[in-house]
Amino acid sequence: MQNRVLNYIPRDSFIHRLSGTTKFIIFLSFSFLCGLSFDTRVLLVLLALSVIGFILSKIKLKEVKVMSTFLVVFVTLNFILLFIFNPEYGPEMYNSRTVLFHIGGKYYITLEQLFYQFNIVLKYIIGFPIAILFVSTTNPSEFAASLSSLGVPYRISYSVSLALRYIPDIQKDYHEISQSQEARGVALGKDVKFFERIGNAIKILLPLVLTSLERIDAISNSMQLRSFGKNKTRTWYVKKKMTTADYCVIAFCIVMFIVGMIVTNQGGNNIYNPFV
Amino acid sequence: MKNDSVKKVVATGIGAALFFVLARFVAIPSGIPNTNIALQYGVQSVFAVLYGPVVGCLSGFIGHVLTDITWGEVWWSWAFGTAVYGLIVGVFSKRINIQSGNFGKTEIITFVIANAIANVIAWPVVAAVGDMIIYKEPANLVIAQLAVAAAADFVCAVVIGGLLLFGYSKTIAKTGSLDRE
Repeated sequence: MQNRVLNYIPRDSFIHRLSGTTKFIIFLSFSFLCGLSFDTRVLLVLLALSVIGFILSKIKLKEVKVMSTFLVVFVTLNFILLFIFNPEYGPEMYNSRTVLFHIGGKYYITLEQLFYQFNIVLKYIIGFPIAILFVSTTNPSEFAASLSSLGVPYRISYSVSLALRYIPDIQKDYHEISQSQEARGVALGKDVKFFERIGNAIKILLPLVLTSLERIDAISNSMQLRSFGKNKTRTWYVKKKMTTADYCVIAFCIVMFIVGMIVTNQGGNNIYNPFV
Repeated sequence: MKNDSVKKVVATGIGAALFFVLARFVAIPSGIPNTNIALQYGVQSVFAVLYGPVVGCLSGFIGHVLTDITWGEVWWSWAFGTAVYGLIVGVFSKRINIQSGNFGKTEIITFVIANAIANVIAWPVVAAVGDMIIYKEPANLVIAQLAVAAAADFVCAVVIGGLLLFGYSKTIAKTGSLDRE
């Protein structure tokens, strides 16, 4: 059941065979470069690379349908909001203004605004294949090992692995508690008055929190009995050996990140301005 | 104090799992279309009060990143907002001595103040600056979005968190509740 938590889709592909550490480095280097850069060329290359990675992983788009629908809705909504709140932001940013046509009032469609919003959409879209790649191809049991091999203190890595381990249990607890409360007439639907709904939510949450606190006591006692935290380091139950492919991919990510940052900051800021 | 540190590791993990489950699977309509009550911040504030700033910060951050990643996109600026929120509420935890079974007027006021400060710093400051740096979004849009988020999360966290802490305090025998006969 644990594998279902984060949509892990086991398969035999180049990406699946990479170690969790490598995939984590891919994820971070893409995320950070995409976050720090506003250079359209860099973003387009990142998008191409992340799509290639997605194809290599042999994950089908229909397997991640829910998430992609969510992304499309979100991007569309944000696209509209960005325009409504500040239609002149693009021209300001690029120091140039090319009006395409006038909608009415203060709303002009300008080439610069469209270009700015295109960059934002790119940023949103790049994250998607990379996040999917990371979650769908990495066994959750390997998460902790890859975190700690990147220098995250093992206590924190262990917290992450505990979280992944107990998500299904807590989900089950929630289900059981809410069903037994429903049997007593505690409802959370739209037809219940607002304050009653809050009160009812508490009737489910309080038992959930209390059982979780008991669980914390039980787990920490048993971990202590096994001398958790005695040594400075620890080994992990699931950890893949690094292969040549891993080292190549990591080297590629580092080079990509550095080149990307250099290209981005060429003009003195992180914006690529085709208008001046 | 060794016991305490193991307990914090576990509390961080379980707190993150609770955050994830509530954020990902539990939707209680708020009355406003397409908007749900964010129960997770109430629970995060409870963990921050019970276990302190480190647990409050990390459990929220881990829970938030895990939730986001299952949606296919990590909003780092908001994840850091969640972390800062838990950290600040946790800083006030020393002033709310829940383990003695008291959750009266002073504790409630401290809890409300802690939440007010935490929400103002976490959303309109930390997350807003993040959104402006990462997405270069116009300030007025970012501030509008995050002011709404801060207000909503403040109400959710104070009401849900407060009621949970009150309920929890009732399960503990008060210090000095025994009388010599």
